[in-house]
Amino acid sequence: MTTDIESTQSAIVDEFRQFTDWEDRYGHIIRLGRDHGDIDESLKVEKFRVKGCQSTVYLVPQFKDGVVHFEAASDAMIVNGLIAILMKVYSGRTPQEIVETPPAFIAELGLTENLTMGRQNGLKAMIEQIKLYGMAFQAMNKTGQDS
Amino acid sequence: MTQATIDHQGRALDIERVRDDFPVLHQEVHGAPLVFFDNAASSQRPSQVIETVRRYYERDHANVHRGIHTLSQRATEAYEGAREKVRAFINARAEKEIVFVRGATEAINLVANSWGRRNLSPGDEVIISHMEHHSNIVPWQMVCQATGAKLRVIPITDAGELDMQAYRRLFGKRTRFVAVTAVSNALGTVTPAKELVRIAHDHRVPILIDGCQAVPHMPVDVQDLGADFLVFSGHKMFGPTGIGVLYGREDHLEAMPPWQGGGEMIDRVTFEETTWADLPNKFEAGTPNIAGAIGLGAAVDYVNDIGLDAIQAWESGLLEHATRHLEALPEVRILGTAEHKAAVISFLVGDAHPTDVATLLDMKGIAVRTGHHCAQPVMQRFGIPATVRASFAFYNTPDEIDRFVAALKKVIPMVC
Repeated sequence: MTTDIESTQSAIVDEFRQFTDWEDRYGHIIRLGRDHGDIDESLKVEKFRVKGCQSTVYLVPQFKDGVVHFEAASDAMIVNGLIAILMKVYSGRTPQEIVETPPAFIAELGLTENLTMGRQNGLKAMIEQIKLYGMAFQAMNKTGQDS
Repeated sequence: MTQATIDHQGRALDIERVRDDFPVLHQEVHGAPLVFFDNAASSQRPSQVIETVRRYYERDHANVHRGIHTLSQRATEAYEGAREKVRAFINARAEKEIVFVRGATEAINLVANSWGRRNLSPGDEVIISHMEHHSNIVPWQMVCQATGAKLRVIPITDAGELDMQAYRRLFGKRTRFVAVTAVSNALGTVTPAKELVRIAHDHRVPILIDGCQAVPHMPVDVQDLGADFLVFSGHKMFGPTGIGVLYGREDHLEAMPPWQGGGEMIDRVTFEETTWADLPNKFEAGTPNIAGAIGLGAAVDYVNDIGLDAIQAWESGLLEHATRHLEALPEVRILGTAEHKAAVISFLVGDAHPTDVATLLDMKGIAVRTGHHCAQPVMQRFGIPATVRASFAFYNTPDEIDRFVAALKKVIPMVC
């Protein structure tokens, strides 16, 4: 069973609390990025590319049984690590959970502002894209219910 | 120990004094002293430039030209004074050959639109090189699309040098214009600009030289170079942002139509007809960036005071020092190994993505750039998406390079 979205966030924040310096924190993100791995080559198509990143980021949504599953990857390991974290929080959730959960926990990971808020690495664009998919599937759901 | 280098006139570069002139350098980033190695993207400004701009706004600001009152005359004098400083700096024949623009990008767009649209016809050819910045590619692509002309591209070698044989072969009956950089911003290659000009002129073809990465770092004399046009930006040469220079030989500029219309660029306006102002005002429509130009004048004074020979000698020492230390790291691969290079090093670390390397270097206070450096064709040529680029200015030191290399040694095991 999946842990609820709040517990997942606090578990991630706790996980990062164990590191006292930045090198360990960034080392951990890079490890998460390596472990997260890549997505299938066939999914690396323009419509799934998240624009506005220096690294190449793909984000692929799948809406099934009321929850949204995301697959995502970047060719930069730090970004891939951030993706791994985002996937834990946002993948396998209902559209409503996705829409209603702000990415506030990221600020508590002890990473620098230019990494977490950076426009260059695409984290911001990726979160926006996750939210947009959440909203789209939420709208689709409602339309489905109405008809 | 005081670090110093001696230039050809025997003048030393007093690095301690120089660094004191740049307030921005004296700060910590993530708890480490800032090491600023992103000078090819934009340099920093000395207090002398900042003060000049501040004083202008505090005491002298008014719109330039035509004003009878004192402040307008002061502003005009300072603005036109800056033009004379720039003229002398690149040894143009006359002030009217110096057009103030927003930056090198605008300068190239001006030439492409004004010269290009008047002189290019379907089937004509414009030569550029494979190592151009996007600003010296896209304006030509656009004017080619509009006129039916074609772009021809000088290939580059594995070392990142222009293939001069291929350049010679590109000339044909329909070659109308050449636009090539003096220094590659992505690879650091110093191109044989004078030779490029000579060959173009042998074919009676005018040539524009992109001097963005050259003018702040080495002496450039437009009469010696012989180029028809030279463009460069203020913000890469220790001046303000939003100001740049188009040098154009007078006969070309006289023959070219204005690009933008408005105030300042006219002689007489009626609804039937407008006549243009004399050079250079014909190309400076609207209220210009007065403070920017004056700041650029102050930057020229500053560079002259340090001496371009001293600057070039110091920076080539930095390049040599950095290259030697980076080459000693087996995981590092340097892109661009031309014989003549400016103080720019593009490199890759193993298979690591450049943004990972730069993110971790930033945590150590070291500012480098990553990406395609607005030169995607260069990246395509080497089959890579991006590089890490360290680019130096005369206020950088061998000690900073040592700190950069030490930081890189810590980063390598994290990303490889």
